Amino acid sequence: MTTLDIQAYRLSLPDTARPVLAGVDLTVGARETVALVGESGSGKSLTSRSVLGLLPAGARTEGTVRVNGEDVLTMAPEQLRRLRTSSAAMIFQDPRAAINPLRRIGDFLTESVRLNAGAAPAAATARAAEMLEAVGLTAAALRQYPGELSGGMLQRVMIAAALMGDPALILADEPTTALDVTTQAEVVALLGDLRTRFGTGLLFVTHDLGLAAAISDRVYVMYAGRIAETGPAEALFDRPRHPYTAALLNSTPRLEAPAGRLAAIEGRPPSLQEELVGCPFAPRCPLATFLCSQQAPALLPVAGEPARRVACHHSDRTGEGSVHA
Amino acid sequence: MREAPMEAGPGPGTGTVTSPKGEPSMRKTVLEVLGLHRAYGSVQAVDDVSFTLAEGGSLGIVGESGSGKTTTARIVVGLESADSGRVLVHRRDRTEHRRGRAHRLARAREVQMVFQDPYLSLDPRTPVGAVLRETLRLHFPDGDHDRRIAELLEQVGLGTREAAALPRQLSGGQRQRVAIARALAVQPAVLVLDEAVAALDVSVQAQILNLLADIRDETGIGYLFITHDLGVVRCVTDEVIVMRRGKIVESGRTAEVLARPRHPYTRLLLDSVPRPGWDPRGIAEARRAL
Repeated sequence: MTTLDIQAYRLSLPDTARPVLAGVDLTVGARETVALVGESGSGKSLTSRSVLGLLPAGARTEGTVRVNGEDVLTMAPEQLRRLRTSSAAMIFQDPRAAINPLRRIGDFLTESVRLNAGAAPAAATARAAEMLEAVGLTAAALRQYPGELSGGMLQRVMIAAALMGDPALILADEPTTALDVTTQAEVVALLGDLRTRFGTGLLFVTHDLGLAAAISDRVYVMYAGRIAETGPAEALFDRPRHPYTAALLNSTPRLEAPAGRLAAIEGRPPSLQEELVGCPFAPRCPLATFLCSQQAPALLPVAGEPARRVACHHSDRTGEGSVHA
Repeated sequence: MREAPMEAGPGPGTGTVTSPKGEPSMRKTVLEVLGLHRAYGSVQAVDDVSFTLAEGGSLGIVGESGSGKTTTARIVVGLESADSGRVLVHRRDRTEHRRGRAHRLARAREVQMVFQDPYLSLDPRTPVGAVLRETLRLHFPDGDHDRRIAELLEQVGLGTREAAALPRQLSGGQRQRVAIARALAVQPAVLVLDEAVAALDVSVQAQILNLLADIRDETGIGYLFITHDLGVVRCVTDEVIVMRRGKIVESGRTAEVLARPRHPYTRLLLDSVPRPGWDPRGIAEARRAL
């Protein structure tokens, strides 16, 4: 069974001209690390939050979001609570915003299992100590307050908290963006270890293409509430098939690239007040034709590469000579 | 791990960080920072930092949180004072605090700053055109402000429609353009950019980095670029200093430092940049060893 299985998922909000998510298909298998890449407003965070049933007020949904086979969108509150405390857990960007500064780390870690799983205090504490060790801290941290820990250590605590309920799936929303680069490496190394040790699936939401390439098995690139492209990380970055992916790669300042001007993408993503006819990227796309402005491309398999799918009328022309230029 | 850092922070008073191979820079120096120290309690936030910036040059300061890069920048701008050391712009000492409105304004015209968060650095109630007009009135009471506002907006790629807009009606990238226009309004000799593109999306970040490169070509303004992002440093700076725990551990031509880092900390920073084939476990070990 697929750990996370999102099919034809649409999400609409009041006062917008188009759905915020317009038919998202995404899967995460057991032990699989999947990166969901996109810029602000692409819908990547809404997608990951939907997996825990965290929907904005007034949201209307279609399609299915299944965790371990159960559809989150139709769950009763009691089921949702069980989902959030045991099957799926989320790690947010800013650990300091997600933890009560006035309570000790030990209280924070054990609260959920004591309340929801009915664990005895001693057993809960033993589990918390074990999880702290799994993330490279010691049981001494149980007695400490969040203010006494650095950002990197606190993010480890958040990962330990996510592991407390032994989840099948971890959703990590920009978990390293607020951290220094060397600390980021430590947290990523840790997440990699945990997958081997606990067999969890990981959905890693990030804006950082380099990071996505470095850590994931598969990547989904989102644009304006749709999946633009998906495939194995290496193949996708080696030869992007969607012009948006190619443009994003080219506009990233890289160490290997020569100094000087970047190939910036002109314009900006469509606002939620614009109705979309055709491909959402067409107004900014160098390959766009009349067809692109009239008909939205479906997410279709790439010829010769069955693991890859791309939503572009001109995917056969993408990347010819322009990537690594 | 034993080799000495190349061009490790020059001793106080030497002030020549420019050319690693000893070739003297042909350009005049616009900014000179000499032996800066700043302590907060027992923490030495800035510890004997010296560097120079050539006219029209671009110098990057990289480091992680707590390295002292932001404190250094704030001392250069005058938002923070140093315990000792000097900051000279065109050989005039900025750290010598002379009182009075005229001196204060003159200091502001030497160095301007663009901050990380364009949402926090603009007054939410003031339209963009009025933001620029306010700055121009303060510094050049007799100028032709309408013409200059149009010129500044044009320079940062904004139109008259944006001039009438309030900050909240603009995107993050547009707001950062406004912040840059406001800084340029006084025609400063040096622009300090503190993580000025860090909060922007990749595609917008590229637009702003290109804009900054164009402005430097056109005006000959000098940049002091504070960032944690080595890709950005590669893209927009000629020279770079690497700071760690308040000290400069390495400095030199950007291309040289990034291609052949001499200090183990610089190497660690470079290895930490995620890319395919990246080895986070190795980095974590190297970090602990350092």
